[in-house]
Amino acid sequence: MSTSGKEPVAVVGIGQTKHVAARHDVSIAGLVREAAARALADAELTWADIDAVVIGKAPDFFEGVMMPELYLADALGAVGKPMLRVHTAGSVGGSTALVASNLVAARVHRTVLTLAFEKQSESNAMWGLSLPVPFQQPLLAGAGGFFAPHVRAYMRRTGAPDTVGSLVAYKDRRNALKNPYAHLHEHDITLEKVQASPMLWDPIRYSETCPSSDGACAMILTDRAGAARSPKPPAWVHGGAMRSEPTLFAGKDFVSPQAGKDCAADVYRQAGITDPRREIDAVEMYVPFSWYEPMWLENLGFAGEGEGWKLTEAGVTELDGDLPVNPSGGVLSTNPIGASGMIRFAEAALQVRGQAGEHQVPDARRAMGHAYGGGAQFFAMWLVGAQPPSS
Amino acid sequence: MARYAREVAVVAFAQSDHLRRTDELSEVEMVMPVLHQVLAATGLKAGEIGFTCSGSSDYLAGRAFSFTMTLDGVGAWPPISESHVEMDGAWALYEAWVKIQTGEADTALVYSYGKSSPGSVRDVLTRQLDPYYLAPLWPDSVALAALQAQALIDAGETDEARLAAIGARSRAAASANPHAQLSGVVPQGEYQVAPLRTGDCPPIGDGAAAVVLAAGDVARRLCERPAWITGIDHRIEAHSLGLRDLTDSPSTRIAAEHAGVFEGPVDTAELHAAFSSQEVVLRKALGLGEDVSVNPSGGALAANPIMAAGLIRIGEAAARIHRGESDRAVAHATSGPCLQQNLVAVLEGDRA
Repeated sequence: MSTSGKEPVAVVGIGQTKHVAARHDVSIAGLVREAAARALADAELTWADIDAVVIGKAPDFFEGVMMPELYLADALGAVGKPMLRVHTAGSVGGSTALVASNLVAARVHRTVLTLAFEKQSESNAMWGLSLPVPFQQPLLAGAGGFFAPHVRAYMRRTGAPDTVGSLVAYKDRRNALKNPYAHLHEHDITLEKVQASPMLWDPIRYSETCPSSDGACAMILTDRAGAARSPKPPAWVHGGAMRSEPTLFAGKDFVSPQAGKDCAADVYRQAGITDPRREIDAVEMYVPFSWYEPMWLENLGFAGEGEGWKLTEAGVTELDGDLPVNPSGGVLSTNPIGASGMIRFAEAALQVRGQAGEHQVPDARRAMGHAYGGGAQFFAMWLVGAQPPSS
Repeated sequence: MARYAREVAVVAFAQSDHLRRTDELSEVEMVMPVLHQVLAATGLKAGEIGFTCSGSSDYLAGRAFSFTMTLDGVGAWPPISESHVEMDGAWALYEAWVKIQTGEADTALVYSYGKSSPGSVRDVLTRQLDPYYLAPLWPDSVALAALQAQALIDAGETDEARLAAIGARSRAAASANPHAQLSGVVPQGEYQVAPLRTGDCPPIGDGAAAVVLAAGDVARRLCERPAWITGIDHRIEAHSLGLRDLTDSPSTRIAAEHAGVFEGPVDTAELHAAFSSQEVVLRKALGLGEDVSVNPSGGALAANPIMAAGLIRIGEAAARIHRGESDRAVAHATSGPCLQQNLVAVLEGDRA
């Protein structure tokens, strides 16, 4: 066995739950097992084939369970195996997949189950985020209150017309209609309805905001030998990276954080991408508020500074555009917070496997999954391809 | 054949003084001196570290995303490659070790911290139990440990006098550890939950720890005698206590086999045994003889900052190798009620 260079990593199984506002019919254990069992079925593997489990979720306060991995070990077939729990705020679903991927790349384990979940109906995420700490600013009434000023800054900086956000929401909610696992299926959605929805955190409207979902997403990652046995085409990991920067400091650019730029640059370098706009066929990006699509288009290098909104406005990011963004419906349609990043990673993999069903982008060969969290300070991204990496 | 692709060593370790209360310190203020100390030991700056990983718990801090503020203490600018586990720092070290094994980093900074003083840690830890059947009953961590201790006594594996001796030995050893919270002669005290007395239980305290890892020649450059991690593995067991033999720790044994503990003699063991009874279980699982120096730092019975106590075991074992007091040490960390999840690492120094 070669001990130099990384082992290529393949995604051979993907499973998710139908995401809904409240899964009253299952426990947390039942929820995660459902996604994991679907991923195993997709890979045509059994629990015995799994060497290790890497699990992620957002704050434990969202369900009121401290270190839920302890209680979930049985449900995820982890007894007697290694189980690792990752928590990097909203980016956690992506980070969790990357930690699992590294286990295979480092040849520490051959086949790894990775899973992320949130069962938000067990508690109240708004209050889970609003526990007061003395001598520290309050969280400004939920995530929207924190991000709205940065959206406004983007609009002022780029001169984007105030219609762009509603275009994103209208697109993502229509895409969600093609995704059977998406939470929101708004069959009567129109652009006018989005624009007429109540203003929540100016300039973010109700219909430009993510829902609160219960859901889980799982993937099976394996090495080259495992991929060779895969009954369905694998998605190959061509690059993956995490970057973090401090929450608050004078030099921070909340509109386009340096950590996001650096993270994307690292992924492109690993994957040999020099022109992301031309070389990437589909993007699943973390857009919890509609305006983050044009903002991240710039941050990830798909558009020049101040140009992101023009791609959105021109329909480039539509499902039938030449850079489809969030063909699954995205976070705007489905947001089990801790799982949302992994859903992005998994949907990117589904696209290059040709398994995305009605929201399949024709001929997708390379796709990107993106997640961010905290005060736009934690980033996790991967780029997956239909072919194994060449190096 | 080498077990892993790359040689990785602990090259520096630092910890805070562990105290019953640190009301005047924020978590950032508690962590920063430790970070500065461990970086100073290697001469590295935060920006030169290849990967950073931390371990902490929102439930101890009493607020969501508590680790985001601590990251500010690292000085993550320009942006750094960084991750966080909601587990003891020993598992953060494991994630960092994996990252170095991929070849994407040559060095890693690992830190963890916990402040137990703001709340009742016995109550807080009940929240890590099965939320539907067990947690609503609020069985606290000492009561659960007492179940395990009684099972050991019933099985004839120990008795109260021998348990008391473990506590006394640990606190005596801690006299040489300036960071320890409890040291010297400590009364065995009253029953907390029978058969466990105060002396069988860990002190409740606040503390932080940090480690620097490095690969191959970088490790040799940064440290006179690196503590090579020749094996590391962790395993979990079923959660429900009714599904486990509490007198045994199969997950520790499996992890030890994969880490190569049994492939050679061990001279030192740093065990994350917060209760005297847990040392009995771990000694058996790891096959430690009387000739092995167990918890020369005083162990978790002398200082048990939750979330950092496991990382401290790895750090203490490594520090003994750095000082030339050990050639082959085993370090152990645990998580969950009654040793549910266990990590085992083998650390070795180059022989003269």
